[in-house]
Amino acid sequence: MVRPLTSKLSRRPVKKYSAVNILRQGITRAPWAPVLVPHELRGRYDVVIIGGGVHGLATAHYLASNHGITDVAVLDKSYIGSGGSGRNTAILRSNYLTPEGVRFYDRSMELYRNLAADLNFNVMFAKRGHLTLAHNDGSLRTMRWRAEVNKLQGVDSEVVGPAEIKKLVPYMDTSEHARYPILGALYHPPGGIIRHDAVVWGYARQVSARGVHIHQDTEVRGIDVAGGKVTGVRTNRGDVAAGTVLNCTAGWSSLISEMAGVSMPVETFPLQAAVTEPVRPFLDAVVVSASLHVYVSQTDRGELVFGASVDPFGSYSMRGSLEFIEGLAGHVLELMPSLAKLRLLRSWAGLCDMTPDFSPIMGETPVQGFLIDVGWGTYGFKAGPVSGEAMAELVATGKTPEIIAPFDLARFTDDRLMGEKGAASVGH
Amino acid sequence: MMLLPCPWCGPRNVTEFAYRGENIARPDPNTADKATWRDYLYYRSNRAGWEREGWFHRAGCRQFFSIERNRTTNETRGVGTPDGAGDAAHSGDSR
Repeated sequence: MVRPLTSKLSRRPVKKYSAVNILRQGITRAPWAPVLVPHELRGRYDVVIIGGGVHGLATAHYLASNHGITDVAVLDKSYIGSGGSGRNTAILRSNYLTPEGVRFYDRSMELYRNLAADLNFNVMFAKRGHLTLAHNDGSLRTMRWRAEVNKLQGVDSEVVGPAEIKKLVPYMDTSEHARYPILGALYHPPGGIIRHDAVVWGYARQVSARGVHIHQDTEVRGIDVAGGKVTGVRTNRGDVAAGTVLNCTAGWSSLISEMAGVSMPVETFPLQAAVTEPVRPFLDAVVVSASLHVYVSQTDRGELVFGASVDPFGSYSMRGSLEFIEGLAGHVLELMPSLAKLRLLRSWAGLCDMTPDFSPIMGETPVQGFLIDVGWGTYGFKAGPVSGEAMAELVATGKTPEIIAPFDLARFTDDRLMGEKGAASVGH
Repeated sequence: MMLLPCPWCGPRNVTEFAYRGENIARPDPNTADKATWRDYLYYRSNRAGWEREGWFHRAGCRQFFSIERNRTTNETRGVGTPDGAGDAAHSGDSR
């Protein structure tokens, strides 16, 4: 047994994750610095962020790192990453339909690509290539449209035919005899997957180290507004005064906004996903089929992750259904018949705050100081970093950054909807 | 399996039904101002509790009806009533 060295150096907790420090920690047995330090809930913070998912934590991170604002509390009614951030299928892409959407999601991809270095945390980003299949002329037309919009914005996207699809995904049934033959696909090489829990933990570790308070098991039960201005929140652990309150609660966001008297065009739908037992790597690309309501990717551990469209009726219930599993299995086998003997390990559901135009709602509300970063539907995880960066800028400067200006709440009364249905969802 | 009580067919699997969303009265398009019309089109109360909703028995008797459902537990209460046929929102149509 190696005896730990007991110098002054060895007792200092190791903060930075690096190969050198792993070696040093192995020899000296110096403790790793604690990642999440519990704090007393203070009576006042400059900024209160409701929701400890990727959006809330990213906002806290960019507030601290880009603007030096650290008098911030992130509140979550459960544990961090317990909502959509830990329940999504971790797919990253920026091949959207509107120029505003493409620009926005592409900035997020850029931040994701450099996130491991930025956070000093291995978020396991893997560039895999992303295929959106078209099974009919209408879909193929939308893919062509998306490819041209993407290219104009400098995003790598192209429509490819069945032969090229077969080369990228040899196990796919690209024959003409399939029930829904594949006519082509939108191929988006920069697309990929990431470890979603690691993104949450990486952000949480950084903001915690910078002095931001992360309060788990802290449920917001009321929001105080006086004279059209937000003054604080009431929680199960006590009242907190704050000049700025940010709602980052996705599926539950309309309940939180209602507390501040802000109504929103949002309806909550569950979305179910499932994962198989791990097998050897055979699927490199991320495969999406809108007509078959399914998307498939293989994780670094070898499991296949399947996602679907939202459930057919609105609900806050996260209970799974047999209909989902049956439908999903059928659709996956239509794409890749050779997976017939693969066993499902588990399935789960997350909540999606759907908006009428399938675009998010970000920015100011009629209540001064009450900001929203909601309406994330089925596409919130991939937008985490850029939303955090933009919302942090809004909190710090009071001015809405240009990149999120098209996604404001007022667009629903001003007839400026940002129709993304053709690129944001698989259920149409 | 989740059961939904159809006023004509009795309790049936929810997969037979199409969800039409919260019951919202349609304002008169000739007199409604812009804000009222936008509210009708886009805004939902999205409660985490009991809500009166419109459903369509698509794979059954093909009748419209309304029923109260708890949007957190998915329980229903009472029996469906044949009101709310035309004025339910559009939100569930294409999903």
